[in-house]
Amino acid sequence: MWELIKQNQRKSFVLFILMGGCLILLGYLIGSAYAPPDGGIAGVVVALAIWMVLSLISYFGGDSIMLGVSGAKEITRDMHPQLYNVVEEMKIAGSLPTMPKIYIIDSPAPNAFATGRKPETAAIAVTAGLLARVNRDELQGVVAHEMSHILNRDVLYMTFAGVMLGAIAILSQVFLRGMWYSGHSSSRYRSRSSSGRGQGQAIIMIVALVFAILAPIMARLLYFAISRKREYLADASAARLTRYPEGLASALEKISDSKDDLPSANAITAPLYIVNPLKNKGMKLSDLTSTHPPISLRIKILRGMASGAGYNNYQKAFSRVTGQHSTIIPSSGLKDTETVPLRAAGTTEAAPPTAKDQNRQVGDLIRAVNQFRFLTCTCGLKIKVPPDFTQAAFPCPGCGASLAVPAVGAATFAAALHSLTGTPNQKRTSSQR
Amino acid sequence: MVFALLLLGIIVVLVFIVIGMYNALIQLRNQVKNAWSQIDVQLKRRHDLIPNLVETAKGYMMHERQTLENITAARSRAMQAESVGDKAKAEGELSGVMSKFFLVVENYPDLKANQNFLALQEELTSTENKIAFSRQAYNDQVLFYNNKIQMFPSNIIAGMFSFQQSEFFQVEDKAERDVPKVSFS
Repeated sequence: MWELIKQNQRKSFVLFILMGGCLILLGYLIGSAYAPPDGGIAGVVVALAIWMVLSLISYFGGDSIMLGVSGAKEITRDMHPQLYNVVEEMKIAGSLPTMPKIYIIDSPAPNAFATGRKPETAAIAVTAGLLARVNRDELQGVVAHEMSHILNRDVLYMTFAGVMLGAIAILSQVFLRGMWYSGHSSSRYRSRSSSGRGQGQAIIMIVALVFAILAPIMARLLYFAISRKREYLADASAARLTRYPEGLASALEKISDSKDDLPSANAITAPLYIVNPLKNKGMKLSDLTSTHPPISLRIKILRGMASGAGYNNYQKAFSRVTGQHSTIIPSSGLKDTETVPLRAAGTTEAAPPTAKDQNRQVGDLIRAVNQFRFLTCTCGLKIKVPPDFTQAAFPCPGCGASLAVPAVGAATFAAALHSLTGTPNQKRTSSQR
Repeated sequence: MVFALLLLGIIVVLVFIVIGMYNALIQLRNQVKNAWSQIDVQLKRRHDLIPNLVETAKGYMMHERQTLENITAARSRAMQAESVGDKAKAEGELSGVMSKFFLVVENYPDLKANQNFLALQEELTSTENKIAFSRQAYNDQVLFYNNKIQMFPSNIIAGMFSFQQSEFFQVEDKAERDVPKVSFS
C-alpha cells in the first residue's frame, strides 16, 4: 500500500527535474560568462559538485541539524505517556518497522515536524504550544500527518529538493556578488578585449545575469509547488490512517488561531512542518509563494470527506472544495477500491483538562526535559528545582522542614511523571506554588 | 550455437524474475503474519492491564462488585479462548464489559480523581486504539498481499508455489465494531 504511493510520484518528480534543470542551466551560463569557449561544462560540474556536497551533508546530518536548530529535546515515555501512546498508535496503523523518536520543542507556536531519511530513523517533534492546545483526537491527527510524511518518504524528497534550492541560491549569490565587486575592473578589461571576441560574450553575460537573478525565484516557486502537493497527500494519508479526518481538521483550526511564529524555521525546512511555521511572513503573496496550502482550504477538504476516509474520498472532497480536477493523490492510491469507513469520535478524557491545567502540564514537561528536579514536601507543597541549583538541601518555604535535593539526572523522570499526571486533588495543593 | 546461447540467456533472466517475484510474495506473507501477531500483542496488553484496573477500582466501588467480577470473568474467558472465532467473540464481550465499566465510573468522582486510575485509563484507551489500528494495518497488508496473488504476472508464481490468499479480519456484529472506543465521560 505505502510502497505503491512511494513509487507513484511522477508529477512531483517532474517538478524536481525542472529544478535540477534550473541548477544545470545556471551553472552552464555562469561558466560560459566567465570563460567563454568551453567554461560552460566546468560551470555545470561546479554546480553539480556543490549540490552533491550539500546533499551528502544533509543526507547524513540533516536529521540532527534540523533537530538541533529547532532546539528539540528527546522525551521518554514516562514524561508524556499520552504523546508516546499516540505516536505508537500511528506507528502501528502505518506498519512502521520501528518506533520513531519523539522530541519536544519549547515554543508557544503550535506546530510539529517529522524528520528522518527513512522510516527506521524517523523522528517526530511537536512544540509545547501544540501539546497545550489540542485534545487526544487532535493530537492523533497531527501525529498521523507527520507519520504520513515519513511513510510517503517526503522527508528525504523535500531534503533533496531543498538542497537543490540552496545550491541554486549559493551559485547565483556568488556570481552576482562577484559581478558587483569586480564591476569596475572587469568592465574596463572587457571593453578592451571584447573588441576581438565580439558581441556574443556580452550577450551571454547579460543572459547569465538575468538568469542568476531569476533562477532562485523560479526554483523557490517550484519547491513550494512540490511542497503544497505533498501537504495535501499527507493530509489524505492522515485521514486514512486515523479513519477520523475531523481530528486533524479541528487541530488545524486550533493551530490557525495562533499567531506565533517559530523563529527556528526557515523557507527550506518549512515544508516538513504541519502548518507553515512562518505564517506572518510567507502568506502575503498568497498561493504561489507558500509552502502549505491555505489552512482554511485543508480544513474544508477534510470536513468534506463525509462518506469515508479513503484516498478516493479525499480526492472527491478536494475536487468539490477547490473546483479543480487535478489529481492530488497518485493514481495507485486511487485504485484502492475497498471502502474505508470513518470511525466515531474517539475517547473523550474523563474530566478533560482545562486549558490552565494543560498549560501547567506542558510547562512541567519542558522543565522535566531541562533537568529540573521535582520535590514534594510532606506539607504537600510542590517545588521545582532548576538544574543550576547546587546546594544539597534547603528549607521548605511552606513548613520549614529541610528538603534534600537529588542530583541532576537521578530519578527525576519518575518524579516528573507524578507531577505531570497530577490529580485534581493535588492540583489544589500545587496551586499554592 | 548463437540460438542456444540466446535461449540460455532468456532462461537465466526468467529464473531471476521468478526468484524475485517469489521473494516478494514471501516478504508480503511475512508482513501479513507480523501484522497478525501485532493484534495478539495488543490483546495481551489489555489482559495485563485489567487486573491493575480492577485492583485500583475495588476500593472505590464497593457497590459495583458485580461489574468488577464480570470484567475478571470476561478477561479469563478471553484468555482461555482457543480458536480464532472464539477469541474474537470473547474479546468482543470483554470490550463490551469494559465500556459498561467506564460508564459506571462516572458515578465515582473520587475514583476519577485517582492518579493511578488516570494513568491506567490512558493506557487502556490507547490499548483499545492500538487493537483497532493493528486490525486496520493487518487488513491493509492482507489487501496488498491478496492483490499481488491475484494480479498478473505474480499470480503465476503464486499458483506454482500454492500461495494461499489471507482472510480479512472481520468483526461480526456492528456493536462490537463500535465498542472498542471506550468512552470515559
